[in-house]
Amino acid sequence: MSNSAIAASGLRKAYGDKIVLDGIDLDVRAGTVFSLLGPNGAGKTTTVNVLTTLVKADGGTARVAGHDVSTETKAVRAAIGVTGQFAAVDELLTGRENLQLMADLKRVGAREGKRVITELLERFDLAESAHKLVSTYSGGMRRKLDLAMTLVGNPRIIFLDEPTTGLDPRSRRTMWDIVRGLVAGGVTVFLTTQYLEEADQLADYIAVLDRGRLVAQGTPSDLKHQVPGSHVQIRFTSVRELDAAARLLAGATRDDENLTLRVPGDGGVTSLRALLGQLDEHSIDAEELSVHTPDLDDVFLALTGHANTGHANTGHANTEEIAQ
Amino acid sequence: MSTDSVIMLRRNFKHTLRNPVTVFNAVLLPVVIMLMFVYMLGNAFNVGIKYIDYATPGMILLAVAYGLGATATEVNSDMTTGIINRFRVMDVSRGAVMTGHVVVTMLRGLIATAAIIGVAFGLGYSTHASFGDWAGVIGIIVAACLAASWLTVAMGLSAKTPQSAAMATVPVIMLPFFSSAIVPAAKMGQGLRQFAEYQPFTPIIESLRGLLAGAPSAGYVIAALAWCAGIGIAGYAWAVATFRKRA
Repeated sequence: MSNSAIAASGLRKAYGDKIVLDGIDLDVRAGTVFSLLGPNGAGKTTTVNVLTTLVKADGGTARVAGHDVSTETKAVRAAIGVTGQFAAVDELLTGRENLQLMADLKRVGAREGKRVITELLERFDLAESAHKLVSTYSGGMRRKLDLAMTLVGNPRIIFLDEPTTGLDPRSRRTMWDIVRGLVAGGVTVFLTTQYLEEADQLADYIAVLDRGRLVAQGTPSDLKHQVPGSHVQIRFTSVRELDAAARLLAGATRDDENLTLRVPGDGGVTSLRALLGQLDEHSIDAEELSVHTPDLDDVFLALTGHANTGHANTGHANTEEIAQ
Repeated sequence: MSTDSVIMLRRNFKHTLRNPVTVFNAVLLPVVIMLMFVYMLGNAFNVGIKYIDYATPGMILLAVAYGLGATATEVNSDMTTGIINRFRVMDVSRGAVMTGHVVVTMLRGLIATAAIIGVAFGLGYSTHASFGDWAGVIGIIVAACLAASWLTVAMGLSAKTPQSAAMATVPVIMLPFFSSAIVPAAKMGQGLRQFAEYQPFTPIIESLRGLLAGAPSAGYVIAALAWCAGIGIAGYAWAVATFRKRA
């Protein structure tokens, strides 16, 4: 038995003239979190739809849990759980009834079903709202219920298509904890996200998808090594001072529009002190200084040549701003 | 029916119970319309017989039609909210999803029809139908319900949004008004009269009228069943084709 939970090669899909997937190769080891990272429209959902048998690929092959997705759909479906981008919950049923519906459809016996449902409700902190109609649930609660529904029947491979898009930071962290818990239980998770921080936090392995192609694959730290090292960014109040500093600091790259200078360096205290000393010596006033260690934002920018548009609210955890 | 169909049916049944507007539209609204026509307008119509006796067969069809909007909306919500993908990944048969909706729509239609017939008797409706005639009445109502349900499921499946799905059923709901349900087609103006005479609701209503009066007309019964079969088969084919395309 191979160690691969999901393996795809050369997946292609086009809708009319629009090529959505342009030859995707993937290999997801069992028991790991694999993150497919990419901006909106990169082809993430299409990839999930192909791997979960919802959409037939135009070319290429994919095996999930050892079964071919196009010829052994039943076996694939029996092994997987899918939580789509939009909470697929039944609004006119209560939380418990939604779970019961899943238990019925998966033919989980009455007694076992009751046990599983109660356990899931508690695990996802939904026990108190179990008897309320889902139409009264918040976005975060719906997502949790959606995932709980996916887990009925204990699938070993779970697909999560942008599970935290639109969630507030607290619900997002709860979702992350849940995903970590799943992996700890031996489940393989295939996660798509447009949030670099999310992939960084959860994934063992990341594939960066852009316009239907995989532009990079590797562990989070592999990917970070692919971009230039850390740097210090200094902002000035005038072009005159920027000019002076640029003459002084060899190897720095200037950005005239933002009046900033990018100085390569590790950002350690010693080198910072030296840098500031140099500026002081020449009476150059710096407005603001920040130390930047490479994060996946940089990776994304370096790999795709355009900024990821989906990272707006992930914050820049690695940037420490030092105001002067 | 498969186990999946039973599970889906139970789900759709709960939906109906939890959505009072659906029950109101399907069951109470036809009764309200019947009371309105019989008490407010009935005396002004000269149809040759007691108005309640004339109107009841048409009101039965109205009762069948009024519950359809809810079905179209529900079917469409299933398609547009993503729950259909969950069912597909779980290998729930497409038949089960559609059968659930069809059966609930039929049940709703039949309950509404029973309510209308009950109220009609309360309003002094008298019938000369024999036991056999009643069996025929029930048969035609069931056939009409089934045909309308499949057509509605197809409309719900092909609409883009739940709102437009509900809109799509409006012509079907309005159709009984432009038939011999309220007044005989012969009393209508040029154009409308021909429309009323040849549209499907008229033979269905006339066949019920004949059976309930104890004087069934074979021609109307055959026409009614033919219309029901035609609409039902077309609706079924449309629904299956759309389902295959969309889900």
